[in-house]
Amino acid sequence: MPKWGRRAVIAAFGALLGLGAGAPAMAQVSDDLGVIGQLQYTDATGTKVPAVGVDLSIDDVGGATTDSDGSFRIPVPGPGEYTIRLDVATLPEGVALNDPERATLQAKVSQNGDQRVIFPLVFGEGGNQTTESNFSIRRISQLTLEGVKLGLYLAMAAIGLSLIFGTTGLVNFAHAELITWGTLMAYYFNIYGLVATFGFLSVLPPPFGGGVNFIFATLLATIMGGVLGYVLNRVVFRTARSAGVSLLAQMVMTIGLSIFLRYVFVYFFGSRYRVYADYASQRANEFWGVELTSRDAAAMVVSIIILVAVGLGLTRTRTGRAMRAVSDNRDLAESSGIDVERVISQVWIYGGALAALSGTFFGFDTVKWDLGTRILLLVFAAITLGGLGTAFGALVGALIVGVAINWSTLFIDTELKNMTALIVLILALLLRPQGILGKKQRIG
Amino acid sequence: MTADSAATDNAPVVTATNVVKTFGGLRAVDVEKLEIRRNKITALIGPNGAGKTTFFNLLTGFDQVDSGEITLDGQIITGRPPHQLAGMGMVRTFQLTKVLSKLSTIENMKLGALNQRGEKFWSALVPGSWTKQEREVEARADAILKRFNLTHMRDEYAGTMSGGQRKLLEMARALMTEPRVVMLDEPMAGVNPALAQSLLELIKALPAEGRTVIFVEHNMDVVQEISDWVVVMAEGRIIAEGTPAEIKSNKAVVDAYLGAHHGADLSQVELS
Amino acid sequence: MDWGFIFERTFSAMIGPEVMVYALAAVGLNVHFGYTGLMNFGQVGFMAAGAYGVGVSVFWLGWNFWVGVLFSFVYSAVLALLLGIPTLRLRADYLSLVTIAASESIRLLARSRVMQPITGGVEGVNQFAGPFYDLSPFELGKFYSFGPFKYLGRDVWVLLVGWTLLILVTLMVRALMKSPWGRTLRAIREDEDAARALGKNAYFYKMQSLMLGGMIGGLAGLLQVVQKASVQADTFNPVITFTIWTMLIVGGVGRIWSPIVGASIYWTLIVFVENTLRQLPDGTRASLERTIELSDFNIAMLRFILVGAGLLLLARFRPQGIFGSREEMALDRR
Repeated sequence: MPKWGRRAVIAAFGALLGLGAGAPAMAQVSDDLGVIGQLQYTDATGTKVPAVGVDLSIDDVGGATTDSDGSFRIPVPGPGEYTIRLDVATLPEGVALNDPERATLQAKVSQNGDQRVIFPLVFGEGGNQTTESNFSIRRISQLTLEGVKLGLYLAMAAIGLSLIFGTTGLVNFAHAELITWGTLMAYYFNIYGLVATFGFLSVLPPPFGGGVNFIFATLLATIMGGVLGYVLNRVVFRTARSAGVSLLAQMVMTIGLSIFLRYVFVYFFGSRYRVYADYASQRANEFWGVELTSRDAAAMVVSIIILVAVGLGLTRTRTGRAMRAVSDNRDLAESSGIDVERVISQVWIYGGALAALSGTFFGFDTVKWDLGTRILLLVFAAITLGGLGTAFGALVGALIVGVAINWSTLFIDTELKNMTALIVLILALLLRPQGILGKKQRIG
Repeated sequence: MTADSAATDNAPVVTATNVVKTFGGLRAVDVEKLEIRRNKITALIGPNGAGKTTFFNLLTGFDQVDSGEITLDGQIITGRPPHQLAGMGMVRTFQLTKVLSKLSTIENMKLGALNQRGEKFWSALVPGSWTKQEREVEARADAILKRFNLTHMRDEYAGTMSGGQRKLLEMARALMTEPRVVMLDEPMAGVNPALAQSLLELIKALPAEGRTVIFVEHNMDVVQEISDWVVVMAEGRIIAEGTPAEIKSNKAVVDAYLGAHHGADLSQVELS
Repeated sequence: MDWGFIFERTFSAMIGPEVMVYALAAVGLNVHFGYTGLMNFGQVGFMAAGAYGVGVSVFWLGWNFWVGVLFSFVYSAVLALLLGIPTLRLRADYLSLVTIAASESIRLLARSRVMQPITGGVEGVNQFAGPFYDLSPFELGKFYSFGPFKYLGRDVWVLLVGWTLLILVTLMVRALMKSPWGRTLRAIREDEDAARALGKNAYFYKMQSLMLGGMIGGLAGLLQVVQKASVQADTFNPVITFTIWTMLIVGGVGRIWSPIVGASIYWTLIVFVENTLRQLPDGTRASLERTIELSDFNIAMLRFILVGAGLLLLARFRPQGIFGSREEMALDRR
């Protein structure tokens, strides 16, 4: 970093000279000039994502922070040559300059208007600088942390899917849309607030009259996830079960439902990628050699609390024990007096809520209409690895898949890391098809 | 198919030695020694959960033993998949009938024939290579259907059959494989009395054709009427063996079945 | 509104390249699901295998186009083998998980930076189908009209070859399904254990079925990229698989001509609805855009909303398809 700093100082000094030479003569020509640009990077799924909240500055002139589109504009006093400096520390997590040497750029602003500058960004591998330290302890621990984070979010999405499978025998391909639903609802409440649904609240101040704080929005999104889960079961699948629709046909139904919901989402939400109003971008804190934003740290803590609560709920409460009993052996549970349909309904509600909550966390980077679909592969791998139908298996599977995917970037391109999930899935089926915590006879 | 075993009628056709199968720590099957006599009808009885069906699954390759050895005509067959066993002459039916609903009755029957040329992918593309064999198979199927009194259902979907007819079809279809050992899992369950008698006659006729029959049954009347030998299982073990008459008066058997209800005549209760 | 234009488009769509390609892929899916009961949720992966089989061998390996065509058959068969080995011994739903996961992974891999030199990455592969068009007896750039149908010469050539192949493959599948081999597949669909008890090696038959249907899907992908003259990773989106499923169910699962009938009905309907919406008078259009956000983009999205709703409702109420036999459906309800 000292090398970088020295260059910046020299560059800034040069800019001052340039400014000194050009500015006075042209001062009266225009006071509406600026340096503009848009920072974006391509994420692991190949999506262009705006880099939000990045600080840029021109010494002695001013600075700006990129908005939700990744755009910035720094007004300059007049035509001339300026040196624009990007504060690398404010880049979103996992994003780096393509060329770490080029954190400063020269731009010549003419009197015709704004001058655009481009800072090429890359996601994941941190540009060229990391090639030498590929297997460093620091990198591995960072990847492990990222993996645990991914695993925790995945686990919340996976538990519901696994329990729905356990209680009804149905692989719910529409679970991805429950995840997307969560992130879209959180976005909706975060940006527009309850007032968009309940107009009469407009007289009240936020959190009711306008967009609410993200934390409150997350809570509302989780509730909405439960509501959607309940409605889908009640309207679609419960009626199908009572009409005797075969499981295979029900599986095709979940596919139809998944596509229907996904394209209804894009119809109303659009295909643009967006970001939440709060916590969109944060500076990572460093501790014990690894970096984590406080937002992610909070989300991980919340995930752990929720997962522990789910675990306790499944083992200690009547409802949870009933869920596991139905999952284990439906007929036996039914004959011992458990209301199976009621349990299935509860599984859909809690499963939907958990999926929605995980969706709100997955949406930290970008909120998009097909977010769930993009991670469905990971969820499938997690529940298969853990053992279809077992809640705790889903948790274990999710953590393993999360860490395995992040570790895989030590060897393969970040862009391809999600394919690790496919490999995990196939290996699990070859070596232990009943899953880590599954029982052998389940696979029939 | 080995020469020495085929030579003597006394050699057992199926044997099970030290066969153990556990499910989650529970010993579902623990059979020290069982020999099934050739061309006889052997009944396998026992209270619910005695491990009869699991034992059946082990013998027919639908489930794998944890340890032990099973032989068919002196050949070790432990670990072999069901389709190979069927090819070796051991065929089974299922407790819950598995007729192929959306195939016609005659198609169900023809499926049973082994070694069909037309079942190979490339031959299937050349009808000339299999039509002759298909006609022979069909003639054989029609003959068996007639014997089983199912000719009127020949071209109907098997799914339209009654429960009893399904039991008949499943057995008829099993005979299409020309088996030496026929294993029937509760052949009488759900069959109405009118059909039951003809089904019994059909089973009784099998040994004369050189087929050994092993069947699981709950109805003691049936067991008494048709079996030559009765094997009683309880909690995974064989607790008694003998002729129907011997078993009827065996105290251990009565205990296993009736628990506290001592003194009752075994044939008087419908065991389930 | 220009109804003449709408109907011209609609008629041309009825037997157009899309119907040809999707119908062929649906024939493959019908072998899988209709006759064997295999839940293949990744038919588009086989299409991609067929497409890249030829694209990669011409673009990267520099092979002759026709060798590439052969290679794409081999490639789709190998893919079927790889997906079948871990799943076909297990319950039906595992195949669906693995196929959907694999088809999406194939797309991601093909469009990735790493694979750019081999697959052309996001830009894909172009200009490989020359030898095919060299054989065309039609003038490639000229329009030909046949009654209500109107196509470019190059499309006439593709359609002629494509439909001939489609009908030949359909007849081949028909012959197979009438044979004892086909009977065994149907038996496995109905009850695998029954088939095994009768001496049929179910795993082996399922593998043959997966490979046959996969190769037919590969042929569909091959025809698609030859018609478009480019291989684009993103055209092999998983939603295509389910468009094919919808077509198959519309036509009737497990019936010989259903893929063609289903694909034609479905695609004609889509083209008619889309073109009608696009041709709406300006006033109506503007008010629809205001009230239900019916933008051009959303008209395109409507297609997929209809796929989803159609699949959901068909699977729920008519799993045997609109033309499926009532008798067979009654058997399902038992």
